Amino acid sequence: MAITTAPKLTRRPTPADSTFRYMCLGAGVLVLIVLGLITYTMTTKSWDAVSHMGLSFFTDKHWDIANQHYGALSYIFGTLYSATIAILLAVPLSLGIALFTTQVAPLWLKRPITYLIDLLAVVPSVVWGLWGALVLAAPIRTFFNHIHDIFKDVPVLGTIFGAAQGKSFSTAGIILAVMIIPIITSLSREVMETVPPTDREGALALGATRWEMIKGTVLPHSRTGIIGAVMLGLGRAMGETIAAALVIGGAAQISSNAFASGDSLPAVIANQWSEADTLQKSALIGLAMTLFAMTLIVNLIANSVVNRSERRRAV
Amino acid sequence: MAATTRISGIGGGGQPATRTVAPDLRAQKSWRRTKSGIMQWLMGASIVVALLPVIFVVITVIGKGASSVFTGFPKFLTAAIPNQERKVGPGMGPAVVGTLLITALATAIAVPLGILGAVYLHEYGGRSPFAKVVRFLSNVMTGVPSIVMGLFIYVIFTLNFGYSGLGGALALAFLMLPIIIRSVEVMLKLVPTSLREASYALGTSKSRTVLTVVLPSALPGVISGCLLAVARAAGETAPLLFTIFTVNQTNRNVFSGANTTLSRQIFSNALSSLSGAQGRAWGAALTLLAIAFLFTIIARIASARFSAKR
Repeated sequence: MAITTAPKLTRRPTPADSTFRYMCLGAGVLVLIVLGLITYTMTTKSWDAVSHMGLSFFTDKHWDIANQHYGALSYIFGTLYSATIAILLAVPLSLGIALFTTQVAPLWLKRPITYLIDLLAVVPSVVWGLWGALVLAAPIRTFFNHIHDIFKDVPVLGTIFGAAQGKSFSTAGIILAVMIIPIITSLSREVMETVPPTDREGALALGATRWEMIKGTVLPHSRTGIIGAVMLGLGRAMGETIAAALVIGGAAQISSNAFASGDSLPAVIANQWSEADTLQKSALIGLAMTLFAMTLIVNLIANSVVNRSERRRAV
Repeated sequence: MAATTRISGIGGGGQPATRTVAPDLRAQKSWRRTKSGIMQWLMGASIVVALLPVIFVVITVIGKGASSVFTGFPKFLTAAIPNQERKVGPGMGPAVVGTLLITALATAIAVPLGILGAVYLHEYGGRSPFAKVVRFLSNVMTGVPSIVMGLFIYVIFTLNFGYSGLGGALALAFLMLPIIIRSVEVMLKLVPTSLREASYALGTSKSRTVLTVVLPSALPGVISGCLLAVARAAGETAPLLFTIFTVNQTNRNVFSGANTTLSRQIFSNALSSLSGAQGRAWGAALTLLAIAFLFTIIARIASARFSAKR
């Protein structure tokens, strides 16, 4: 507790009291220990492969198991590309949902919407993956090819919307987007709910329409929180394994074509682990270390941003 | 602009006595209002767009999984997994047993630790620098990819003790831990300080206050938070790839020997092109979805009762 000036009114701690206190402290410390051990084990266990390849482990795009040549770049690219597509799709939808729930919907409708959107998070990722691979992949290829036909002669868009595969960066992006919508929505909703009612009513009283009120008061007020929410979503999208493993296509390539098959760091680990020899396992742990570092950076920034916006609100 | 026309409508004329009809103060049609309306429609539409995939998934899983699960019910949930992928028919018995046992063990590990951690953060640590660090890193830990957690347990546990359900449970428990810490801390914040003070005034020690006053009054919220974490853990696949391996026979001993879960079976069968394996994958997906929804609904009821009590 923060009280420092008030006299201590609690009884002197008994042995049982101290024991309980240390148990609680221990559980808190466990978090630090686990994070520290993850860093330590990932680094040491991947050392064989990373020292075998040198720095080219991160900069080489060839992953050649037969020749024991392990370059992670195309997987790093695939992770970032599919996560970017997911963010581009998920952010407008999530903000739309959050704004609708907090600013537009009548009171009685708020809770049902929240529950329904949370259902997206209840469906396990392996079920999304199963659906994506066996049901979505075929029709989405036709759909992607329609987009390809429209844009194929346009200079830049033609290379982004290239010839389509059913399992591709975009298929993974769509599935990942659905999976991160709940977290971005709920965090943005929380910050939007803290917009002072006087600000909103003031804007409306000045004759602003509802949308102008949102643009003028709600969005500026919750900008930091929304950025934090989006970054947390990005971290989730990068680390999501099974759904990506089932729908991204399993092709190690760097291509600007969003409709081409690719592969992501977690998907490679999941798909290659069972048949890997010792050095390859070490290389796969190297991929996990890379992924851990990437998500850690994103999460550290995201949590700092969220904390800062919370502190500003508390003042 | 709408505002000016309205004002001239009120003030204009200069002969108020002759006015008989009240001025129309309703919003005038204008591009600004149309735009606002369009944006609000788009917001509403984004809900529908986001819900479409989940509706499709639930319908597909029920449509394709029901025939597997309910043919000769409950044989699908009890029979062993066929050794050959091309065999058509049940079952998923070992996976059902594995899912329940491993999730239960993970819950038994994560819930006490998570509650203790949250009690430390809210009741003991508070705003101290160390508690702030723990809270921050606990939030960061929520974002650790599940596959990284799986490999971590593989390195520190499975390499030393071999494949077992316990390894999988440990990985799931560490994934649940920060979620539980966070949700329980939120619930502890809702417990009024006056309750704690009343307890201290009676001469109760801090640990007794926490255990007999604070936690019981936050109980429904705590249960709800834990159940949501359980629902997520039950569907996890990635960390189990390295820690439990997979088997086709039921292994009731979670502490030793390879095991299997529904999620693990869906993953391996989804990669198969054979209809027998795919049918079992859909059946397993339906079972898993049912388990996840069940936990979520119970959690919702618990939290609804909690907020009704406040």
